[in-house]
Amino acid sequence: MSMMFLYEALRAAIDEEMGKDSNVFIVGEDVGHYGGSYKVTKDLHVKYGDLRVLDAPIAENSFTGMAIGAAMTGLRPIVEGMNMGFMLLAFNQISNNLSMLQYTSGGNFNIPVVIRGPGGIGKQLAAEHSQRLESCFQSIPGLQIVACSTAYNAKGLLKSAIIEKKPILFLEHVLLYNLKGFVPDEEYYLPLDKAEVVRSGSDVTIVTYSRMRYHVLAAVEKLVLNGQDPEIIDLISLKPLDLHTISKSIKKTHKIVIVEECAQTGGIAAELISLINTYLYDELDSPAVRLSSKDVPIPYNGNLEKSTLIQPDQIVDVVTNLLQYKT
Amino acid sequence: MWRQVGAGAWSGSWVRTLAVGRGGRRLESGVETRASVRAMSAAAVRPSGAMRDSADQRLATETEAAPAAADASKAFELAPFALFRLEHGPPQHVSATKEELLRSHRMLYTMRRMEISADQLYKAQKIRGFCHLYDGQEAIAVGMHEALTYDDYLITAYRNHCQQLTRGDTVEGILSELLGRATGCAEGKGGSMHLYWPQNNYFGGNGIVGAQVPLGTGLAFAAKYRNQKAVSATIMGDGAVNQGQTHESFNMAALWKLPVIYVVENNMYGMGTSASRAAANPQYYTRGAYFPGIKVDGMDVLAVREATRFAKTYCLEGNGPILLEMETYRYHGHSMSDPGMSYRTRDEIMGVRKSRDPIEKVKLRLLEAGWATEDDFRATERDIKHEVDAAVERALKAPEPDDTLLWTHVYAAQPAVVRGTSIDNGFVASQRR
Repeated sequence: MSMMFLYEALRAAIDEEMGKDSNVFIVGEDVGHYGGSYKVTKDLHVKYGDLRVLDAPIAENSFTGMAIGAAMTGLRPIVEGMNMGFMLLAFNQISNNLSMLQYTSGGNFNIPVVIRGPGGIGKQLAAEHSQRLESCFQSIPGLQIVACSTAYNAKGLLKSAIIEKKPILFLEHVLLYNLKGFVPDEEYYLPLDKAEVVRSGSDVTIVTYSRMRYHVLAAVEKLVLNGQDPEIIDLISLKPLDLHTISKSIKKTHKIVIVEECAQTGGIAAELISLINTYLYDELDSPAVRLSSKDVPIPYNGNLEKSTLIQPDQIVDVVTNLLQYKT
Repeated sequence: MWRQVGAGAWSGSWVRTLAVGRGGRRLESGVETRASVRAMSAAAVRPSGAMRDSADQRLATETEAAPAAADASKAFELAPFALFRLEHGPPQHVSATKEELLRSHRMLYTMRRMEISADQLYKAQKIRGFCHLYDGQEAIAVGMHEALTYDDYLITAYRNHCQQLTRGDTVEGILSELLGRATGCAEGKGGSMHLYWPQNNYFGGNGIVGAQVPLGTGLAFAAKYRNQKAVSATIMGDGAVNQGQTHESFNMAALWKLPVIYVVENNMYGMGTSASRAAANPQYYTRGAYFPGIKVDGMDVLAVREATRFAKTYCLEGNGPILLEMETYRYHGHSMSDPGMSYRTRDEIMGVRKSRDPIEKVKLRLLEAGWATEDDFRATERDIKHEVDAAVERALKAPEPDDTLLWTHVYAAQPAVVRGTSIDNGFVASQRR
């Protein structure tokens, strides 16, 4: 075991996979000589050369398309979006080519591309750089979406994503890069479609992902002090949703709160509640509750930004109320 | 105090706030905010020849009145312009008056101090998030301002503080927005990358590389549509020239002969990657391919002014777009999170500071013409520093926006309370019991 930052864990994953397979390369803005804007690719160009750690012009749609073209021949590109907001410029390639080509070609092509980079609400980065694109991308058929949240799962998940045959949107969070955690020294891969039970409990299921995991953990600390026993599930896989793990939990607690960073309308919780309504309606003792950030562009001002996001105290209040609710 | 804006007090204090009666409004919350972008509509765009505001009028009067004094103007020689698809370019021998050069010095130095203050405020963690500074590149904002009027449209990307200053906001107003205060032009909701001054046709900053280029093309389309004698000056960095949407815009502008001056601020680096490592053809003034371009010394106010004047005339004659490549340099890193040292050397930065600094260039001309002394500069610069420092103090005291502003200026359907959950996501069990 060694302690490392989350960005170092991601770097290790890329490094290991590039070392094992010469088909793996990484392309993006400032990934090479500059070292990556969040240091995920730092010095990889020294080891693998400029072609395999390719500094791209600021042309997201085209270098994403180029990666897809290369993938059609069997290469395994990793595309770094310097900020997920910029990947909106590549929406055309991600939607029309990346996600659909395998289908429209009748299986003639696999598109083993990983699109990864920082998303989420940072610290006062303003609207364009505080994107939560999981809700935009989740409706594109053919795209698998994964969100890492610890140094441990970041490494194991990214390694799995790189060797996967499908296109993967791999979401990192801009505020989690400097999070430290233990990572095993031996090689490991983690399943891309499994949720993680972060804490097991019996009173209520709290489902979350990415950075909100830590808001939930902060809230649960208080709830436990108040004598409550919540179960926490980190989705990890935002598409497909791991309904197996979620249903096991709901069958135990009969109550669910979903805490997400994306905006409420059309969010991950919206989809999850719809599924729960379909398959687990009878298991619920109370309506499924979602705690999403507000349906506004993220404001620059720090106080307004904080108001946009769900805070731990709100989670405590809502869960406390929910646990008092009698049918 | 924020309502008092001293847009164009060029002859006097540029930072000091002078009332010109721009609209402000009071929210129910009691927090005063500027009437800004939201007030902008087609009707609000003043047609060509309409009344300018008082500040601009003052500026115009000065500019027109100055040459009347016969001995006030002197000839200056500019570095040669490189031309693409043009037989003749801007003049290399130009005249300027003492007043013009003094005004340029004042504007340039105010910008420099403002950016230095923003740097300090950032390091003190008062300004947060992304903050892209303009120091080193000031001559472009000032030179373009000297050649354009407020009837001309202006739009740029995220390195936009100084354009905002030329278009009528104050140092205090700009720092207020950078500090996220309700008194900023975007009520603190935009920050450094989102400054706007629609009253004077400034369409602001844009946080996404190249995304402003189609918008600027649209501003030119609007000018043509309305038969305005106005151009759209659309500024982008060298990195944005490699964007697809930039070239899509070039095509439409040339196809429909839109009056747009595309201005490439070539500061040598697209974030941390040098131009030669990002562009197959880093001669940006030739990248229009099917329309003319001029390479300009972007560190020289007079060269920028002459090139912009030339380009404006070219556009207003109905020739379609033209591209100006301003060779410039940014002293700071790409943004405050980039020390700017991993991809260039300290010697390179110091070399530019020593040999090409835009402020020093203007001062040298003033000295050579006998129009000012080192003592004059010291006095002016000391005054400006005091004014900017005072603006910083006022901006720091400005109120923050309150939560009611979170829900303004956005379309959001408010769902009704459904089955025990409220719109604020709270579970309202207590109400049901």
